[in-house]
Amino acid sequence: MSDRAKDKIVVDDIRKKFAALPVIGGLSFTVADGEFVAIVGPSGCGKSTLMNIMAGFERPDCGQVLVDGAPLTAPSPKGIVISQHGSVFPWLTVRQNLMFGLNGDQHGDKAALADHYAEMVGLKGFESAYPHELSGGMLKRVELARAFVVKPEILYMDEPFSALDALMNMRMRTELLRILEEERHTVLLITHDVEEAVHMADRILVLSPRPTTIQASFQVDLPHPRKLSSPQAQCLREAILKELGL
Amino acid sequence: MSSATIRARLGKILPPLAVIAVLIAVWWWLVVRTESPIFPTPWAVVTGTMELAEDGTLWEHIAASLFRVGVGFGLAVLVAVPLGLWMGWVGGAYRTLNPIFQMLRPISPIAWIPLAILWFGMDDISPIFLIFISSVFPMIVQTTSGVHTIERRYLRAAANFGVSRTVLFRQVVIPAVLPEIIIGMRIGIGVAWLVVVAAEMIALRSGLGYLIMDSRNAGNRYDLVIASMIIIGMIGLLLDGITRLLERLKTVKWRYVR
Repeated sequence: MSDRAKDKIVVDDIRKKFAALPVIGGLSFTVADGEFVAIVGPSGCGKSTLMNIMAGFERPDCGQVLVDGAPLTAPSPKGIVISQHGSVFPWLTVRQNLMFGLNGDQHGDKAALADHYAEMVGLKGFESAYPHELSGGMLKRVELARAFVVKPEILYMDEPFSALDALMNMRMRTELLRILEEERHTVLLITHDVEEAVHMADRILVLSPRPTTIQASFQVDLPHPRKLSSPQAQCLREAILKELGL
Repeated sequence: MSSATIRARLGKILPPLAVIAVLIAVWWWLVVRTESPIFPTPWAVVTGTMELAEDGTLWEHIAASLFRVGVGFGLAVLVAVPLGLWMGWVGGAYRTLNPIFQMLRPISPIAWIPLAILWFGMDDISPIFLIFISSVFPMIVQTTSGVHTIERRYLRAAANFGVSRTVLFRQVVIPAVLPEIIIGMRIGIGVAWLVVVAAEMIALRSGLGYLIMDSRNAGNRYDLVIASMIIIGMIGLLLDGITRLLERLKTVKWRYVR
């Protein structure tokens, strides 16, 4: 995995200021192909700014992000963002939302493809429903399915489940892991929930307060399905919380 | 229908009907009490209306007014929606045109009447022009602000999926703005109906506004004046109701829930 050629994403010494306020102060790391990396950090440390830069929505002041060795200049369907508040289009039905990213003719039967993914995330029977008719958990499923349909190589998840209640949050994590078993993606998860990171990630990076840099890195060598109550998981959680000053 | 739903509906309909009944009673009582030689009783208004309806002139006036509103408002929609979308999307267009429209907007449509008569004469075109002028600006403003208030997360999602400009407009921008366009249309049709009556009072030989002035001038027929006013009010309500039906479209419902 440490082979440079297999690095999916390379973040190379990026810095970002807003007005005079330095938010990101020289941040470098790599993500291997198929790896699940979680980034945790104190609130307001620039996590979302980092995500926006990595997904191509914002440019760093200096440094660069490489995806598959090529500098990233704009967002692309290669890496789909899933954010806290979601961006499922309320004026389209579930099926229309899932078909949204299927441009061009190379996708074959788009509706069938959309329905396949709807079933995979447990939305069977809701294909014709409008988002306002669905619960928060269901909306999250729509958002995930809409991303999976275009077969992105990378998923950028910015606090994806934090707007859900605790029970639904747990359920969505398990579902996501199940889907990732089937379809291997490189995942970058930004979260303030240490348990969420320990539950899902292969590696956890802890960010420092602003201007943020990487303060610590933890390899999570626990087999799936993980038990968060296991001594190893608890030990890891304690260590990460300690890095965060708790 | 169960008795509970019937009761619920009656509970909605009865109070406004009761208020109308009281108003008519007071009106009637005042006219009888003051022995007014000119002001009609409610019954005189009803018989006057029947008279007009029977000889067909009432329908001609209504049709004339509706025709002018239909053409003027229709043209305004055709101009305002594309223009509003363009101004909302292209910053340069907004900065160039918005000051002009903001200056023209507060000018009462009534102020345009002399120019309308000068340019278009006393024909149908004058009121159509006035209706166009009065309803086009609110619809442009509403559509433009609709584009400006599209939530960034939706535009970002579209950028993320790398969709074409056509898809971006057809599946994101236009449906996102549609509720605002409908609000603009409701405002526009309301103003248009106000203005057609005012415009017809000054010029022309047909329409409900003309009917009001003609009834007064031709022998103080205040029964017909009041009949016209009531009909204008009812048609206005109906036009608003029809525009409101657009809010029930499945693709705009999201805007009105929660």
